[in-house]
Amino acid sequence: MAEFPNRKWTMVIDLDKCTGCGACVVACHAENNVPIVTEQEVIRGRGQHWIHIERYWEGDFPDIKAHFLPLLCQQCSRAPCEPVCPVYATVHSERENLNLQVYNRCVGTRYCQNNDPYKVRFFNWFDPVFEEPLNQQLNPDVTVRSAGVMEKCTFCVQRIRRAEEAALVENRPLQDNEVLPACVQTCPPAALVFGDLNDPNSQVAHLATDRRKFRLLEELGTEPQVIYLKGGESHV
Amino acid sequence: MSERQHDRPIWRHPMPKDEDLAHQIEHEREQHLLLDPRYPLHIDEGVLDPMYRQGRLFWLVCVIVGGLVAAWGATWLVQMFYGLGITGLKRPVMWALYIVNFVYFIGVGHAGTFISAALRVLKVEWRRPISRAAETLTVFALITAAMFPIVHLGRSWKFYWLLPYPNERQIWPSYHSPLLWDLTAILTYLSCSILFAYIALLPDFAMARDHTIGWRHTLYDILSLGWRGTEREWGNQETALNVFSFGIIPVMFSVHTIVSWDFAMTLQPGWHSTVFGPYFVIGALFSGVAAVIMVMAIARKGMRLEYFLRPEHFDGMAKFLLLLSFAWDYFYFNDVLVPWYGQDPVEKTIFALLTGGYVSPIFYLMIFSNVILPAATLWSKRVRTSIPALFVVCLFVQIGMYLERYIIVPVTLGQNYLPFDWGVYTLYLPESLITVGAFALVAFLYLIASRFIPLIPVWEVYEGQVLQGLRRIGRALVKTRAEPD
Repeated sequence: MAEFPNRKWTMVIDLDKCTGCGACVVACHAENNVPIVTEQEVIRGRGQHWIHIERYWEGDFPDIKAHFLPLLCQQCSRAPCEPVCPVYATVHSERENLNLQVYNRCVGTRYCQNNDPYKVRFFNWFDPVFEEPLNQQLNPDVTVRSAGVMEKCTFCVQRIRRAEEAALVENRPLQDNEVLPACVQTCPPAALVFGDLNDPNSQVAHLATDRRKFRLLEELGTEPQVIYLKGGESHV
Repeated sequence: MSERQHDRPIWRHPMPKDEDLAHQIEHEREQHLLLDPRYPLHIDEGVLDPMYRQGRLFWLVCVIVGGLVAAWGATWLVQMFYGLGITGLKRPVMWALYIVNFVYFIGVGHAGTFISAALRVLKVEWRRPISRAAETLTVFALITAAMFPIVHLGRSWKFYWLLPYPNERQIWPSYHSPLLWDLTAILTYLSCSILFAYIALLPDFAMARDHTIGWRHTLYDILSLGWRGTEREWGNQETALNVFSFGIIPVMFSVHTIVSWDFAMTLQPGWHSTVFGPYFVIGALFSGVAAVIMVMAIARKGMRLEYFLRPEHFDGMAKFLLLLSFAWDYFYFNDVLVPWYGQDPVEKTIFALLTGGYVSPIFYLMIFSNVILPAATLWSKRVRTSIPALFVVCLFVQIGMYLERYIIVPVTLGQNYLPFDWGVYTLYLPESLITVGAFALVAFLYLIASRFIPLIPVWEVYEGQVLQGLRRIGRALVKTRAEPD
């Protein structure tokens, strides 16, 4: 059997292009069976969105400006959430450079979320409820998580697997842009780009050399695999 | 025991004719337990009699406290059924009152071993009647504390997945995680503490066996493991206690250091601090010693142990408490000074919250209880030897230390690197009930134990009384002490 090549899955988010529309959030909910919690729970601070738009305001009315920061699991190469898990529920896939979450192993110590500087891990406070007709569109490729376990963005690992296997069957290398996580596929201004950084011809490899690039909280040494391109005045 | 107040064992010197000297001797006897020997039978009775008594008040307290423990159990079941969502936990405050309780009760469990092991090693004589009460408190507090990491799990019924044993899942727990270090340290400490307390209990169980009939006799017969009091048994017990005393001190220091690592090893601003290890150990001893004083005061009143627990013991413990208060002040000052010098924006925010934000009442109450009140009162011998006053001071120390852990866990967790995720934790009913239940569990276990376990180590008191004496040199009275060999 042919070997899967080593990957370095990376997402580039151009903050100049992001309009904060939230389409990625909806797409992610639909793709990954992310539970939709009640309004009251959201107010209590239990909103559950694997990707969410953090909105920061700058200045005072009327000279006010919004900054949007789409935030998802940064798939750190040296993830702080991994070593603190006592049951190996959050583990690293060296081959794909992905940070995996094994729901069935999780006992819910919530230590990973405490040690996660980006706060992009979510705890299932209750059993998920999918009201009619949402229950009709659950994705069969993704586990529905029970109460008491942690979950987070997987870079749509089910799509990665499917594309890799398809390429393997057809005995050809995986094309750039063949794997599209739900958020990337949906983003109307194409602010989100996904690909393999190990492939020198990929779009992400090209964008990763951009002058505007930065990684979130880079000083912590977590080596995130999400690259942001600075927005605001930088392009002027 | 009152009519035998002036009974003196026959082997002691008769009272001197000189009235002055006789007064002095009387005074010393009143002050010091070890200079006030009684017949062994009377001492045994003094310990055993209260164990047979279960008054109306005892049952009333038992029912109340037992009810609160049952409320804990019911709340826990509800929480397991519906999910942790019924508590006040939220993003980003993933740990709150359960972990506060965990740290607090581990802390309370620290003083017991310290008093019986460290003071034993240092040959501090006044520890003798206290050690049992302190050791039992350690065991019960540790049992309660060990429940909390399980209560706080999202899937409590899977807690055994954290235990290292060969299993069908073909997976060993990850020893990268401080939680596993924690588990190992606590289970080591708990088993050592139980063994340590049990070895010291053997002669007392044997004593109880010899004084009882019926089911109690059978029970103590089993528990005393056939102790007869031969020289070889005493020698073995002495060796075992010495080994445990020296061995358990490093374990005790390591346990709370490791508990602090649950926090210090993370990236969370306000937790990520190297001072946490010693700071937590001192904090644990501080709250633990205060808890032991409270237990001593309650046991003394409830079980009429006035002969054994005298103001001198409270005085010694209170001095120790004052010392620990100063040490705690020093570490807390460090914990504030270093982040202040670093001017980290998140830590600055946390400090601003403490001094002027929504947590400021908690913060100032903590400073009052832990810093100002002990320093303002415990210098005075009148406070140190007045049991009600000391009880109030210790109660404040408990409150202060509980609030300190509250500030460290949910308050600090509310602030992190990205301000979008900041949040304020509020208390909900389930965790409040479970917290009350935890205090009730310690009280309940203690109540039950007080009727089964001799709360005063009779053999230790007796040994101390044999070894200590007053000798008259010229017109002076000199305290003397022999070394057991």
